[in-house]
Order: sequence, then C-alpha cells, then structure tokens
Amino acid sequence: MLGETAQAVSKDHFRKLLHQDKPIPLQYILFLKDVFTGNLKSIPSEENVWAKISERFPATAELAIWAMVFAIVISIPLGMLAAVKHKTYLDGISMLISLLGISIPHFWLGPLLIILFAYTLPIFPISERSGFLSIVLPAITLGTAMMALLSRLTRTSTLEIIREDYIRTARAKGLSETTILFKHVLKNTLVPVITIAGIQMGALLSGSIITETVFDWPGIGSLLVEAIQSRNYPLVQGCVILIATLYVVINLLTDILYAWADPRIRLQ
Amino acid sequence: MTKIGLILVTLFILAGLFAPFLITHDPKSTDISHRFSPPSHTHWLGQDKLGGDIYSKIIYGARISLTVAIVSTLLSFFIGLLLGSLAGYYGGWWDECLMRLVDILLAFPGLLLIFALAAFLSPSLLNVIMLFSIVGWTGFARVTRAQVLSEKEKEFVQAVRSLGANHSRILIRHIWPNILSPLIVQASFVMGGIIIGESSLSFLGVGVPPDIPSWGNMLSLAKQSSFQPGFIAIFPGIAIMLTVLGFNFIGDGLRDLWDPKLKK
Repeated sequence: MLGETAQAVSKDHFRKLLHQDKPIPLQYILFLKDVFTGNLKSIPSEENVWAKISERFPATAELAIWAMVFAIVISIPLGMLAAVKHKTYLDGISMLISLLGISIPHFWLGPLLIILFAYTLPIFPISERSGFLSIVLPAITLGTAMMALLSRLTRTSTLEIIREDYIRTARAKGLSETTILFKHVLKNTLVPVITIAGIQMGALLSGSIITETVFDWPGIGSLLVEAIQSRNYPLVQGCVILIATLYVVINLLTDILYAWADPRIRLQ
Repeated sequence: MTKIGLILVTLFILAGLFAPFLITHDPKSTDISHRFSPPSHTHWLGQDKLGGDIYSKIIYGARISLTVAIVSTLLSFFIGLLLGSLAGYYGGWWDECLMRLVDILLAFPGLLLIFALAAFLSPSLLNVIMLFSIVGWTGFARVTRAQVLSEKEKEFVQAVRSLGANHSRILIRHIWPNILSPLIVQASFVMGGIIIGESSLSFLGVGVPPDIPSWGNMLSLAKQSSFQPGFIAIFPGIAIMLTVLGFNFIGDGLRDLWDPKLKK
C-alpha cells in the first residue's frame, strides 16, 4: 500500500493504524469498532474516511435522483402508450427502445452520448460537475437501463389493468378515455412500478460507479475507483459498506411504501 | 430473434477460436506515430491511442471475453448445480446454511461485491474468472434447489426409489435430466451478464491486465483521451453489445421453447 520504498517507521505506524499488530479475530473487532465509531482512516493521508465520503456523497445522490426522474418521466408515458396502442407499430418502437436500453452497457452509452452531444453537437459539457447542463448526459446514461425496465413493466401492468371490470364500468359510465387513463389506469399501474423503481435504486447506486468514471463525476462511485487504484483499502471498505447499506435500507423503505400505496397488501 | 442470437454468438465464437488467422496486425503491437488514425484499407477500424489496430484487438478481445464468460459460467453452473441439488434433495441444516450464504452474496447490488473483491486481488485473467464464479453460482444454486424440491416429490422418483435406486443414482440419472432446461436458459443470460461485467471490471482497471487486449481495456484506453476521436470507443462497444444481445436472444428463445406457458 505504501510502495516498496516505504520506511520501517511509517510501515509500523500504518500497521498499528490498521490494527495489523493484533491477532486476526481482534483485528476484525477493532475494524468493526472503527466502522461504527467513524474512525476509519485513509491510507496514507490518514484523512477520515467518512469525512471524505460525505464530501462526495451529494454528487452521487444528485445524479441518482435525476437519473430516476429521467427514467420515470420517460418510461411511464412510453409504457402506457405501448399498452394503449397494443400490437401497433408504436408498441413495436417503444419495446425496441426498451430492449436496446436493457442491453446497452453504461460504459458504452456514456461515451456514445459524449461523442454525439458534446463533440459532434456541442450542446453539453464533456465531463465534470458544473451547472445543470452537465448533469444531463450522466443522468441519461445512468437512467436508461431503469427507463427500459420500467417501461416494459408499465406496459405489462397497463395491459392487465385495461382489461379489468372496473375499467369497463368506468367506460360504461360514459367517462372519456383520457379520464379513464389518467384517473383509473395510471393509479393502479403505479403500484408495481413504485416497487421495482425502489429495488432498482440499488442498481442505480452500483451503476453510478461506471457512470461517474465515464464522466469524471465527483461522487462516491468515482471515489471508490480512485481508492481501488491507489490501494486505499479503508476507503474502499467505507464506500462498499455505505453503498451496500443504502441498498438494503432503500429496499426496506420500498416494502413499507408498497404496503402504504396498496392497502390490499396490508390486509394479508 | 433466436436465430439472430445464434448467428451473432457463433460469429463471435468463431472469431475468438480462429483469432490468429483473422487478425491483420499483432493486437499487442503499438505504433505511436500513427495513433488515432481513422479507418483505412490497412487498419480497417482505425488505430487507438497507442497506434494498436482496433480490428485485430476486437477479434482478439472476443477470445478473452468469451473465455471468461464461458469458463465462469461453466464453473458457476456446476458449483450451483451440485450445491443446489444437495440443498434441495437432503434439506435440513445444510440447506439452511447454504441458502443463507446465497442470501448474503445476493444482498450486494449488482457488481459491487465483485468490484470490492477485485480491489484486493491483482488483476489477472484467472482472478477475473474466479471472481465471477464465486458470485455467479448463487443464481444457479437457487434455481436448482427450487427445481429439485418440486421434482423429488413426483411419482417417477418414488418409482425408481422403490426399484432400489440409491440417492446419487436418483439425483444424477433421474432428477438432473429433468431440471436442465431452466438452468441452460439461466446460463445464457449469465453469459451476457458476465461479458458486461468483465468489460466493466477491465474498464475500471481491476479486471483483465491492461496489456491483454480485451474489449473493456479498449474502452478504458479510449477514456484516457476522453473518447476522442469517436471510433476508438464506438467499435469495441458494438462488439460488446452484439455479443450480449446475442446471448439474451438465445436465452429468450430457449425459454419460449421449453416453457410454452410464457409464450405470448
């Protein structure tokens, strides 16, 4: 970690900092203590790991939220359109978009967007975090896979709902198609979409590792990669613990939200 | 769709197998004076930052990516099949322990666990294969366990048992042939996933060592010049996407073939 030219004094110092002078079971207990008391130290700068992470976290949160907004704003209309125009060319096109969206990896979509919209058509800045325009390309890159997944889901769930009895009743009452679509169909479509969106939030976090590297976005994803490259193991551990914890917490919150949104689940 | 998938995958497998005969330049050679040259009749897809021939690197990269994908998938498949069968067939404390281990491994989102483990290992082809197998067997184990649980209660298993077959014979000769199809479908999706995963690891510099021409390493090299000029990033990406699409098409096709209930 320190390189081959490190001096014996500093080797001893960092061995002590990482508790490597203790027996292995004790090392683990001391490591856990450091994690929970927020005493994890970077190597070799001895900077506090949590301070470093909290400095970079807002950028990742901002990116993830915009990616989510992009995914939801595009996928729900796209999926509903595909379902309403079931088996027409519009359905075909929107399903083709979602198939491509699922198959395209982040580390290729990102460069493609940069080549198209930053070099060929200089609309957006290439990388780095500066103003609202700079977040557009990273958010699209990160959100596309989720957009694709959610539009498929919206389509399937809308197709199921428009065949339900209560939709026929609404139509028989003489309501207009728009009212039915927005008041009756949309609300019921949203239930499964919310759940999957929540579960996918975790995938967004790990996808941000690649996206942030592509765009030099200063979040925890690129922090993790920097830490790996400089063999700063405590910082790697910190980032991984944070991302994994967030993933579990978000999944739990989704389950709670799900029960709140759909009273039928609470009854069981 | 399945046919397109088969054609794509066969093409890339052939490219990987016969790479030495198909390349026009040594994929490891460099030629700094002609770096970033656009596609021409000598360098069909242009030259990258170090002057390497992009076409030859892509062909050679097919060999690396498919080796990683095929070997890791096979390893995951057999580990998952074996452990999952034991868990499903015998049940009890072994089942509990194994399934909790699977839960722990699946609690990490996406590739995070692989990134984290890769950080502590030196980049090498063998390590990459090992990492994907360590994480990849969990999916196979789950599917196997569920299948074995339902198969072992069926009449034909009772029949062979009453004929005096022992446990290993029942499992290997009678249960396994009946549960293979969902596992093979799973395997073709896992292949696509590993190709993306391997390229991601290499892109981040913790996968295949940088001197081996792999698709991820080519994109990583392209990143060093901010993906400029465009063709150095576009061609390796097309290769990755076509291979992944190919495996996904095959997976979809096989699923429809073996499970007509899912067909729409």
